[in-house]
Amino acid sequence: MSNQLEQVLKKQQQQQKAPEEGEIENVVQLVGFMVGDEEFAVPILGIQEIIKPIEYTRTPKTPPYVLGVFNLRGSVLPLIDLRMKFGLSRSKENEDTRYMVIKHNEEVAGFVIDRLTQATRIKESAIDPAPETLNDEQNMIYGVGKQKDKLISILNVKALLKRDF
Amino acid sequence: MDEFQEILEDFLVEAFEMIEQLDNDLIELENSPDDLDLLNRIFRVAHTIKGSSSFLNFDVLTHLTHHMEDVLNKARKGELSITPDVMDVVLESTDKMKGLLEHIRETGSDEGAIDVAPTVKRLEAILTGGEVSEEPSAPAETPEPEPEPEAEEKDLSEMSEEEVDAEIERLLAQRQEEDRQRREAKKTAETAAGIQESEEKDLSEMSEEEVEAEIERLLAQRQEEDRQRREAKKAQQEKEAAVLPAKEEKAPASKPQKKAESKPAPKERKTTVEQTIRVDVKRLDDLMNLIGELVLGKNRLLKIYDDVEERYEGEQFLEELNQVVSSVSLVTTDLQIAVMKTRMLPIGKVFNKFPRMVRDLSRELHKEIDLIISGEETELDKSIVEEIGDPLVHIIRNSCDHGIEQPQERIEKGKPAKGTVQLKAYNEGNHIIIEIVDDGKGLDADMLKMKAMEKGLISEKEADQMSDKEAYMLIFKPGFSTAAQVTNVSGRGVGMDVVRSNIEKLNGIIEIDSEVGVGTTLKLKIPLTLAIIQSLLVSVQEEYYAIPLASVLETVRITPDEIQSVEGRSVLRLRDEVLSLVHLADLFDVERVFSMGEHAYVVIIGIAETKIGLIVDSLIGQEEVVIKSLGEYLKGIEGIAGATIRGDGRVTLIVDVGALMDMAKNVKSSMQNLEDTASKSEKNSPADYNILVVDDSNTDRAIMKKALEPLGVSITEATNGVEALNLMKDGSKSFDAALVDIEMPRMDGYTLAGEIRKFNKFKMVPLIAVTSRTSRSDRMRGVEVGMTEYITKPYTPEYLMNVVARNINLNVEQTS
Repeated sequence: MSNQLEQVLKKQQQQQKAPEEGEIENVVQLVGFMVGDEEFAVPILGIQEIIKPIEYTRTPKTPPYVLGVFNLRGSVLPLIDLRMKFGLSRSKENEDTRYMVIKHNEEVAGFVIDRLTQATRIKESAIDPAPETLNDEQNMIYGVGKQKDKLISILNVKALLKRDF
Repeated sequence: MDEFQEILEDFLVEAFEMIEQLDNDLIELENSPDDLDLLNRIFRVAHTIKGSSSFLNFDVLTHLTHHMEDVLNKARKGELSITPDVMDVVLESTDKMKGLLEHIRETGSDEGAIDVAPTVKRLEAILTGGEVSEEPSAPAETPEPEPEPEAEEKDLSEMSEEEVDAEIERLLAQRQEEDRQRREAKKTAETAAGIQESEEKDLSEMSEEEVEAEIERLLAQRQEEDRQRREAKKAQQEKEAAVLPAKEEKAPASKPQKKAESKPAPKERKTTVEQTIRVDVKRLDDLMNLIGELVLGKNRLLKIYDDVEERYEGEQFLEELNQVVSSVSLVTTDLQIAVMKTRMLPIGKVFNKFPRMVRDLSRELHKEIDLIISGEETELDKSIVEEIGDPLVHIIRNSCDHGIEQPQERIEKGKPAKGTVQLKAYNEGNHIIIEIVDDGKGLDADMLKMKAMEKGLISEKEADQMSDKEAYMLIFKPGFSTAAQVTNVSGRGVGMDVVRSNIEKLNGIIEIDSEVGVGTTLKLKIPLTLAIIQSLLVSVQEEYYAIPLASVLETVRITPDEIQSVEGRSVLRLRDEVLSLVHLADLFDVERVFSMGEHAYVVIIGIAETKIGLIVDSLIGQEEVVIKSLGEYLKGIEGIAGATIRGDGRVTLIVDVGALMDMAKNVKSSMQNLEDTASKSEKNSPADYNILVVDDSNTDRAIMKKALEPLGVSITEATNGVEALNLMKDGSKSFDAALVDIEMPRMDGYTLAGEIRKFNKFKMVPLIAVTSRTSRSDRMRGVEVGMTEYITKPYTPEYLMNVVARNINLNVEQTS
């Protein structure tokens, strides 16, 4: 009986170890989404939740990309339109539109994105720093992730939540 | 060490409480130097602090208080009369004492903080002035570690309850000290000779009940001892009393003897025994936040109940729901009030320091001023009490310095030489009113205007238009001071500016009333609490805003033609005042999709001293709202103080009335140029014309499309009113005309037309009803809601085409 048990335990341990060995290298989990025609990603740990669009209240005296504030279970959070923030025309709400609630330390805000794509795992070594020309954009791009067939701009969560007006 | 820390903390709390009272007592004493009760009370404070500080090894403090005690004792015995000069020294030493205590609170030691030597010298000088050189040269250098003998000589039966309390504490402390010593001793040998077994219990090991029992036992024991001793001592004491007054001063504090003699008064405490506990303010704040959430929940519940009530009218469960909802909302309100009350402090906490201040000021300015305080028991939220102190200091200083005249001047004017400043506090609804009234020379509006012009604060024109009241408000302008000379007290032109900003921060209102030669009244109106406020909800176009009710003076309904224009600014004549108006939509750049109705509402808001009228589209009502911060990202948006979540879960912004007033100065009305904004795009070909076809029937739409085909115009389809309205509002296409069916699901044609006409920019869009309803009343209704034309089915394609072409001014000949 105990022999059996031991065997089972051993097996389990091996199973647990096995994947680890393959991933000694740091892996970043990203959530990809579309803004306009471009795909972006944010580290999954920076995302508090993703919700369907809900009603928001316009705030006056703010830049146009700050759409307003919305009520997320009792907290009042700012809502920022990423399209407008990136210099595109204003998002048109459709069934793919989502609010991505991003959190960094105590700062929380919702961002309007056009569509979610997928969650991906990417090795840290496959992330290049943002091209220098992009650095001017208040460092909003953390880096560019190289995948088999495409590049993804990884956004800097901290910069996203930084007030720039 | 912990024990010591605890004792130290208790000592500090107690000492600060006593000192607060001390200042007032001293001032009162100056007015009635013969009041023995008062003197005794003051003496006791000095004495108690001395006793405790010597026990706690605070040498400097002991040194100082000892001398104070001596002086006071002398006065108490009638050997020294309290002159203002003596008082100055006593007050100075009180200040030093405060300083030392504060230093102790911060660092745990009284060394090196404040040099008390000069003060002590002056105290000594007073003493020696009356009684030559009998003063001890250096008393209380070493604090007594063992106050036992002294304790024995006190007579319990002669003590008041408070004194007994104090005595208990002292005894306990003493016991603890003893125990500690004994513990050491006991380890080596049983030396408990003469000490009862129970006394050997270690205090630190006792439970609370045990300590209590121990206290009682000790007291009883003491009383017994006292009784025995009393007989024996009486004779001796009486003898001593004759010589004591002089002698006692000599006895250095280190000798227990001295303490014993001056013992009739250890401590000053509240007479009624209140059951209290100390609570960390943070916990109360947390509690207040939770209550805030609860209030939001309650609002939500009320709203849901309203919805449910409409839908299920007359059903049984509704009654039960009603009961639950009302009891929940009642309890929530009570709970909120209860928690708010725990945060309330009497405003007396702030008022207490003013008698002393006024006294000092009157000495400094060589004026005679009486400060009369009333309503010090009025309670205010702790956070507000903390904020209100500074402004009051400035106002009272101002009253003393600028208001009250010199005695001769007053007599010449036929006023009593002694001026009075009244400080009153009372409740008025959800506000507390603080009034500062002086009977001084009053404010001279013309003089104020002149001064302001001289300093370039206002222009000549502004001065001309200013009412007296507005002129009084000039004193709050930064850089404005009417005192001809800059004195130590005021005149630097900073103070009153601080007053205004602080009061505005609290959402308060300032009012000034004054009459030259008679006096000035300054009235501060401050809300009781800051976290949950009453607000007036208003709507502007499609948006809602909450205005703190504290700042709302009144609301009036007006018609657009009551608004007058002066120099490009809208004003309203309200009774005898001319009020400048500003539209909330202009302040917050609200898109004006609806035109102004027949009526608008003006919310008159006032903060500190200014008033303006805010035009809104409608008033929703009064609601209790919980202020939520907008977070770091949106912090400090101009004109917005925070947000709240309404009963329906939507976020409503709370306006910052103070900021709004500032913004209002720079806003020009945009009412006039509304019409021109809709820029007409060039129409070059028929395809540039856009026609909206609204019909739920596919066939009908196809027929209409076919009929319009020859025109070559672009056609957009919608299957019902809602869809059509959204298409129009959306703005991605501008429509030149709409063909509207009447009977449609979700929103019928009449309603659609009504909705469309509400929008300014769609006022002129031709709406053509295409329907099989032919009755006269149907046609009438169509006209009423704003239909431009009425086509009845069936129609010929040519007819429809012509009507459309006519309406959009398209030349049919040209295209066909």
